Amino acid sequence: MTVRELSPELRSTGGPLIELDAVSRTFATPAGRITAVDRVSLAFAAGEAMCLVGESGCGKTTTGRLLAGLLRPTGGRLRFEGQDVWEKRGKDLAAFRRAVQLVHQDPYASLNPVRTVYDTLSAPLFRHRKARGREDATTQIVELLRRVGLTPPADFLPKYPHQLSGGQRQRVSIARALSVDPRVIVADEAVSMVDVSIRITLLDLLLALRDELGVTIVLITHDLAVARYFARRGRIGVMYLGRVVELAPAEPLVSDPAHPYAAALVGAIPEADPTVTRSKERVPLRSAEVPSLLEVPAGCSFHPRCPRFEPGLCDVRVPALLPISDDREVACHVAVRERTKRV
Amino acid sequence: MSLLSVRDLSIAYRSGRGPVQAVRGVSFDVEPGETVAIIGESGSGKTTLAVGLIRLSGRNAEVTRGTIVFARSDGPRDVLEMDAEELRRFRWGDAAMVFQSALNSFNPVIDVWSQFLDTARAHGLNDPKAVLKRSSELLELVHLDPERVLRAYPHELSGGMKQRVLIALSLLLGPRLLILDEPTTALDILTQRAIIDLLRDLRQKLGFAMLFISHDLSLAAELADRVLTMYAGRVVEEARVEDLFYRPRHPYSVGLLKAVPRVSGELGRLASIAGTPPDLVQLPSGCAYHPRCPFAIDRCQQEDPALVAVDTPGHTAACIRWQAVAEAVGTRRPAEALQ
Repeated sequence: MTVRELSPELRSTGGPLIELDAVSRTFATPAGRITAVDRVSLAFAAGEAMCLVGESGCGKTTTGRLLAGLLRPTGGRLRFEGQDVWEKRGKDLAAFRRAVQLVHQDPYASLNPVRTVYDTLSAPLFRHRKARGREDATTQIVELLRRVGLTPPADFLPKYPHQLSGGQRQRVSIARALSVDPRVIVADEAVSMVDVSIRITLLDLLLALRDELGVTIVLITHDLAVARYFARRGRIGVMYLGRVVELAPAEPLVSDPAHPYAAALVGAIPEADPTVTRSKERVPLRSAEVPSLLEVPAGCSFHPRCPRFEPGLCDVRVPALLPISDDREVACHVAVRERTKRV
Repeated sequence: MSLLSVRDLSIAYRSGRGPVQAVRGVSFDVEPGETVAIIGESGSGKTTLAVGLIRLSGRNAEVTRGTIVFARSDGPRDVLEMDAEELRRFRWGDAAMVFQSALNSFNPVIDVWSQFLDTARAHGLNDPKAVLKRSSELLELVHLDPERVLRAYPHELSGGMKQRVLIALSLLLGPRLLILDEPTTALDILTQRAIIDLLRDLRQKLGFAMLFISHDLSLAAELADRVLTMYAGRVVEEARVEDLFYRPRHPYSVGLLKAVPRVSGELGRLASIAGTPPDLVQLPSGCAYHPRCPFAIDRCQQEDPALVAVDTPGHTAACIRWQAVAEAVGTRRPAEALQ
């Protein structure tokens, strides 16, 4: 672990809270073995709000599951407070599982339809012996519901998921994650399935939890605008075909993306402003086809689509994620060459 | 004359608790070659409206009032008065629909060619050679290789390719109106961009009108000439696209615009809309938006406002407080206006 991989927050606090160190994950499919995540290294400080963005198949969800310890890496290490998670046993492992919670994309699927809000939230409290008896559990649940903005809490205790709106269900999911006092929340597309009109309050809620409780929050999203809003005081990591291709603070990433793929995303995303969106500068790609994970292109996996492609370089050597400034890293031969020359 | 003229259309669903008033007294026009976007949250009635226009609503839905007049080549005709045979010709032939869910509704055991041929046959085009020629032309127009795609089965196509095939299929009988329900929602950013550019290009080449419904304001900003905002089954604002985005006059449109983060320019101050959409069985009194509206005054609880002309031409809003909204929002660009 070198200093350059740390966010500014991390440098001031010492070591990372949780860290993926060259983590890979392969899966066997009927068509062959695929590498969903390929040597990804990411370190997160306590209380950091970070976003992982990318299109479907880029490995962001698998990365989230690796981070939450729900998938075992096929290469590399997951460390929590400096210790290898997959070497933990018994109580230590249970403590890690409480410390890192995953909030799913689809609150319809992740909440049990025959359980009331009380049932859903009391189960982890009893399981982890955090509550003694019904009365104590109710007190704690009321506090949790208040924290996630479901007020008055008493109204929500007896409700079933179908009696709640999408946003309310997502708040219950967040409350459930909070019930075991986590240090890290991995939120996978946590706002994608709720109406646009209420996404901002859910993002604000997650940011408030980070501020008040110091929880590290990793939001996984395909929506760069959501990422920009959520990570405005943090970093965004852009993934492509299983690799992190750019890692930077939110503002420079969206205003001046260094990786050609990040630039293509920024140029392509439609925006809620007719003049801006109709006059945006596009990055023309050489191919619209996303390569299959079964046949990841040699060298830089983006090279068959990349407008900055240099034969003999990009199709031969895999670019490492290298620093181009104090707080930015990019995995592109051309961008690194141009941007480090400038300084 | 307008291609499509909807007047006072109301559609309700039967439910155990009473009628669900999904569409309430909606009127609007679509001109030939024009692109109109309908925006709103889930539950605003936009999908019920779109599906109702070609009478594909479910059995529990009922049109309780109104007319849907389409200017066919042989003269204007109310879609609600068409018999089964006429309706069959109208769908696909005059107005075709690309559904959101259709990405997965291709028959998985039938290849793409058979889907095209079946559709053509159902409309009396029985010459496979002519159908093949037309299908190939359309697939080329959507930048697909006909040789490869016509032989493919749905599972062999990516999401973006399926959406292209669907668009090509919807154009098979040369409709003058294309209705699209969330045409890019399930797609990745770069694919979304390709579909948006494609629709823009096709519209120019083939000259059809588009009516699309989306919760995604950016799609309206990209493609629409005019925008209708729907809330609780009503059209609450109608405006040219620039007016809606830069000079919104209904508090709900303002709320939606403030709720969407952007990638370019200033991030601005964002906020969600307070509260939740209303129960369409028991609507709030007066203006249905008043319980969530920061501009609401006492009168809003009593009066259900009609669409009235506001300060820009061809722009209407159903809000007695539109002047207060205008004062608060101004006529600047949203990035500045919403600070």
